[in-house]
Amino acid sequence: MSEAIQVHPEYNYKVVRQFAVMTVVWGIIGMAVGVLLAAQLYWPALNFDTPWLTFSRLRPLHTNAVIFAFGGCALFATSLYVVQRTSNVRLFSDKLASFTFWGWQLVIVLAVITLPMGLTSSKEYAELEWPIDILITIVWLSYVINFFGTMVIRKVSHIYVANWFFGAFMLTVAVLHIANSMAIPVSLTKSYSIYAGAVDAMIQWWYGHNAVGFFLTAGFLGMMYYFVPKQAGRPVYSYRLSVVHFWALISLYIWAGPHHLHYTALPDWTQSLGMAMSIILFVPSWGGMINGIMTLSGAWHKLRTDPILRFLVVSLSFYGMSTFEGPMMAIKTVNALSHYTDWTIGHVHSGALGWVAMVSIGSIYHLIPVLFDKPKMYSIKLINVHFWLATIGVVLYIVAMWMSGVLQGLMWRAINSDGTLTYSFVESLEASKPFYLVRFIGGVLVVVGMSIMAYNVYKTIRSESEEKAIEPEVQPA
Amino acid sequence: MDYAISGSIYTVLVFVCFIGIVWWAYSKKSKASFDEAEMLIFDDEPQQDKRESKVNE
Repeated sequence: MSEAIQVHPEYNYKVVRQFAVMTVVWGIIGMAVGVLLAAQLYWPALNFDTPWLTFSRLRPLHTNAVIFAFGGCALFATSLYVVQRTSNVRLFSDKLASFTFWGWQLVIVLAVITLPMGLTSSKEYAELEWPIDILITIVWLSYVINFFGTMVIRKVSHIYVANWFFGAFMLTVAVLHIANSMAIPVSLTKSYSIYAGAVDAMIQWWYGHNAVGFFLTAGFLGMMYYFVPKQAGRPVYSYRLSVVHFWALISLYIWAGPHHLHYTALPDWTQSLGMAMSIILFVPSWGGMINGIMTLSGAWHKLRTDPILRFLVVSLSFYGMSTFEGPMMAIKTVNALSHYTDWTIGHVHSGALGWVAMVSIGSIYHLIPVLFDKPKMYSIKLINVHFWLATIGVVLYIVAMWMSGVLQGLMWRAINSDGTLTYSFVESLEASKPFYLVRFIGGVLVVVGMSIMAYNVYKTIRSESEEKAIEPEVQPA
Repeated sequence: MDYAISGSIYTVLVFVCFIGIVWWAYSKKSKASFDEAEMLIFDDEPQQDKRESKVNE
């Protein structure tokens, strides 16, 4: 790094760079596994009759890779960057930061090895077995200590709202992970949850929905509150609203889990409570979404020229869409139609690809030039290409899943006048098949977009050194 | 105290807390510090009139 004008302390950019680059790498890998799974649902022969390549084993690999490897690296990179920049101080500990990075990569590699082997605790989004769970806890602790340690030694009195969201995300995830992973090991690779029956289900979805609420929402809202105003070049629409947004969101999210267990053995009042809390959750979600989007009021023209800002703003639109859809799907009568269908998959991907991935991608595009001391990304045009590939890919994906899901829901509940089912299960599968092809195509577009991003990031990082070092070996075209 | 009563007290308590937070966030007293806080992210940039662009919309 050249010595630019240093008006700020020497920040620890090393860990941020590492996590930012790995965000792109794990993004491509995780999403590519997703595309393979989508292809398997259309061409079942693609599991090649190999146990390691079956849908059942690769599906948890896909979810873990995109949530915890791609999303996780993006959260580590941005939170450790934002806390330094808004506290005006270097990270609390460089050694802990390195430990967090290498520890987290080890966790991911262990997941990549154990999940295809079929080693799983069978808890959704918490499939990793107990030794890896313990490693996650230790690595997470190093991250929490470093983040809060940095806030303790901060040089400004106020704690910027993004840090509140990041802080809530990491504390809650720690509590969720430890409580849900409680298990009795019977061997190195097998354990049994200490919870049983309906309690187990409730604990699992208290964890599962708050993985959505805190890992995939609060953390990424922290990202939003820094990178949207920063990229737009103007302060957030309403700082007061952001304070209310924070307290409302974190106090409501924790109660929404039971909507994953409608019409199950869970007590009926718990289901209704979960439904009510999920519907109320719409209010802070949209408050935050409006706060982010309105930050651009008076500067809308910037969207025309800045594809990075476009990524960030469109991510907020998808956030708004999926936080409207979520409360609606939590209503018991709607859930009776939507649950166990592809509609749920569509909803998850409108949140994960539309909101989480796009806000991360926009933030990483903002970060890369700053971290590697370059004036801007290698190609703004390619960012624009990526933007359109991602947007069209996500729209194809979610529209296909909505149609397939509603179709499934209607076919499964259709009964003849004598009370027998109108359609067999395989008939509904046949009806869904064309949509699985559309989903596959959408997924391919998203992965192609991510690959273009990788190329753009690589060229940006190498751009300066290229002139110095690589120039001699001119490639004959 | 049975669960229904303790639950009700807790709900009311959380509600009062929340109203308190809203009142605090929108009070005149907090305005100055929030106006300063929202500009924190631009401290590392050359001085620009970002505030003005927001006020003059």
